[in-house]
Amino acid sequence: MSADPAVITSADVASLPPRKRWWETALRELRRAPITAKFGLLAVVTYMLCGVFAPWVAPYPENELVGPLYAPWGGQFLLGTDQLGRDMLSRLVFGARNTIGIAVLTTAVSFFLGGMLGLLATVLGGWVDQLLGRAVDVLMAIPQLIFALVLLSIVGPSMINLILIIAVLDSTRVFRLTRAVAMNVVVLDFVEAAKLQGEKLGWIMAREILPNILPPLAAEFGLRFCFVFLTISALSFLGLGIQPPTADWGSMVRENATLINYGNITPLLPAGAIALLTVAVNFVVDWFLHKTSGLKE
Amino acid sequence: MNALLRMVLKRLGLGVITLFVVSLIIFSAVTMLPGDFTKAMLGQSATPDTVAAWQKEVGLDRPPVERYIHWIGGVVRGDFGVSFASKGGQQRTVVSLIAPRLENTFFLASFAAIIAVPLALVLGLLAALYRYSLYDRIVNLLALTAVSSPEFFLAYILMLFLAVKFPIFYSLGTVSATTPLDERLLRAALPALTLVLVIVAQMMRMTRAAVINLLSSPYIEMARLKGASPRDIVLHHALPNAWAPIATVIALNLAYLIVGVVVVEVVFVYPGIGQLMVDAVSKRDIPVVQGCAIIFAATYILLNLLADIVSIATNPRLLHPR
Repeated sequence: MSADPAVITSADVASLPPRKRWWETALRELRRAPITAKFGLLAVVTYMLCGVFAPWVAPYPENELVGPLYAPWGGQFLLGTDQLGRDMLSRLVFGARNTIGIAVLTTAVSFFLGGMLGLLATVLGGWVDQLLGRAVDVLMAIPQLIFALVLLSIVGPSMINLILIIAVLDSTRVFRLTRAVAMNVVVLDFVEAAKLQGEKLGWIMAREILPNILPPLAAEFGLRFCFVFLTISALSFLGLGIQPPTADWGSMVRENATLINYGNITPLLPAGAIALLTVAVNFVVDWFLHKTSGLKE
Repeated sequence: MNALLRMVLKRLGLGVITLFVVSLIIFSAVTMLPGDFTKAMLGQSATPDTVAAWQKEVGLDRPPVERYIHWIGGVVRGDFGVSFASKGGQQRTVVSLIAPRLENTFFLASFAAIIAVPLALVLGLLAALYRYSLYDRIVNLLALTAVSSPEFFLAYILMLFLAVKFPIFYSLGTVSATTPLDERLLRAALPALTLVLVIVAQMMRMTRAAVINLLSSPYIEMARLKGASPRDIVLHHALPNAWAPIATVIALNLAYLIVGVVVVEVVFVYPGIGQLMVDAVSKRDIPVVQGCAIIFAATYILLNLLADIVSIATNPRLLHPR
């Protein structure tokens, strides 16, 4: 202890309780999380592990014809086989990789595009803002699925076309949100200071504004992912999205749909997998929003 | 009333302009995007001569601006052009394909809306009045599940239970122009029920949020402090101001029906315009796709316009902007 209380010595600092590591805080928050959020996180992590380790988890390869057509559940094939004799369980596992992977990629492209344009519109303002704003208005005047159908009829269904089309259409919503939240930050003094300092546009966008709008954008990422995921699944179900023989949940429902008429619930499995993931992500996002907005019970 | 009329006309004008721009986009996308739909229509083995002849036949050889003017002129008069699928002398106009199906879709959508709107409003209002009760929690959880599920998941669950396990309804929605009304209702029941589930969930959540938002405003607190009965507060204080948000909720969800209808029609093989559009997209029959898209877009814009007009008309503050 030093004699003068105003002087802080290294001994004082050392006697303080050690600063919490970020993961300690995270762990504590996790333990306090509501049951829905825990369930959501558990589901999301399970899906991710399934997707990443698909070749090791799945008992059979993705596209190999291993048994008779429409084999029943149980025995050699736990969940039976599909319309070509491929193992249903394996395709469900690989579907986690393909369907979720494509949706995540699409959402990422959409956020990159929408976020960048949104920041650009706020920082530059003026005619750039007007032009981008009106363009987004027009794009949003048509239902997304209908617009996607029109574009797909012209360029033809393929993986890359699908990702680009959905990403561009969805980036309109990201643009609106980014612009709305960034507008509150761009008027603050530190942004003005950075401008006067002569910082470049990219620096102001990425280092001054972006860190301050990250929490709402992160929550929006979850919600946009759900929306993109459902849109892509719907398109795949209609036969216009992810094309065979790729294992994908939307197409799997379509391919095995006739089984429903015999009271067989196999086609409900991939559909249920989609529903469960979206519900889980919604739970996690709700909890995250609650945490970051600083709301108390 | 004069201000109201002016506002409605202004909004209508804006809607027409939006629709015009949308038609421009839908049309020009064909010219601007790379697409080998000629090959898709005629097959990979088509010689340049056959391609050129076919392009001349359907009018693709003319400059885009001329084609657009010709097309939009036709659309305004109710002529959407000729389907790519028409061969030789046998012409199949887009209108002849769309018209009967549009009627079916309209029937299905109205069927769903008539059930869904009152149901959702009552459920949402109750959830808002008894918020944080057990009822509120359960209804919210169910609504979240329904909103998060793909339409085809709900559709197949309904089909499994209400058509296969307990054969009450039909699993196929095959109707034709000659089907009598009672039979038609029975066959359209499952597609309509699926749509009801989807939009009731959405609409209920939005109604709940709108009403809670309203009930937390200071003037409701004032009425409560004055000692007004709960019934009075809801009917005389809250409801007059609730029309605008509720009308918006209804219109937005009816617009959402448009998207839902596409998937649901395909699941139940219901001969509507959504299924026609999906078929046309996979066949790359672009005039049909464009025709359907314009109809969908026009309905969507019109419904959003309606929501705008109702919310402005019921709110004097919006009617006289400063």
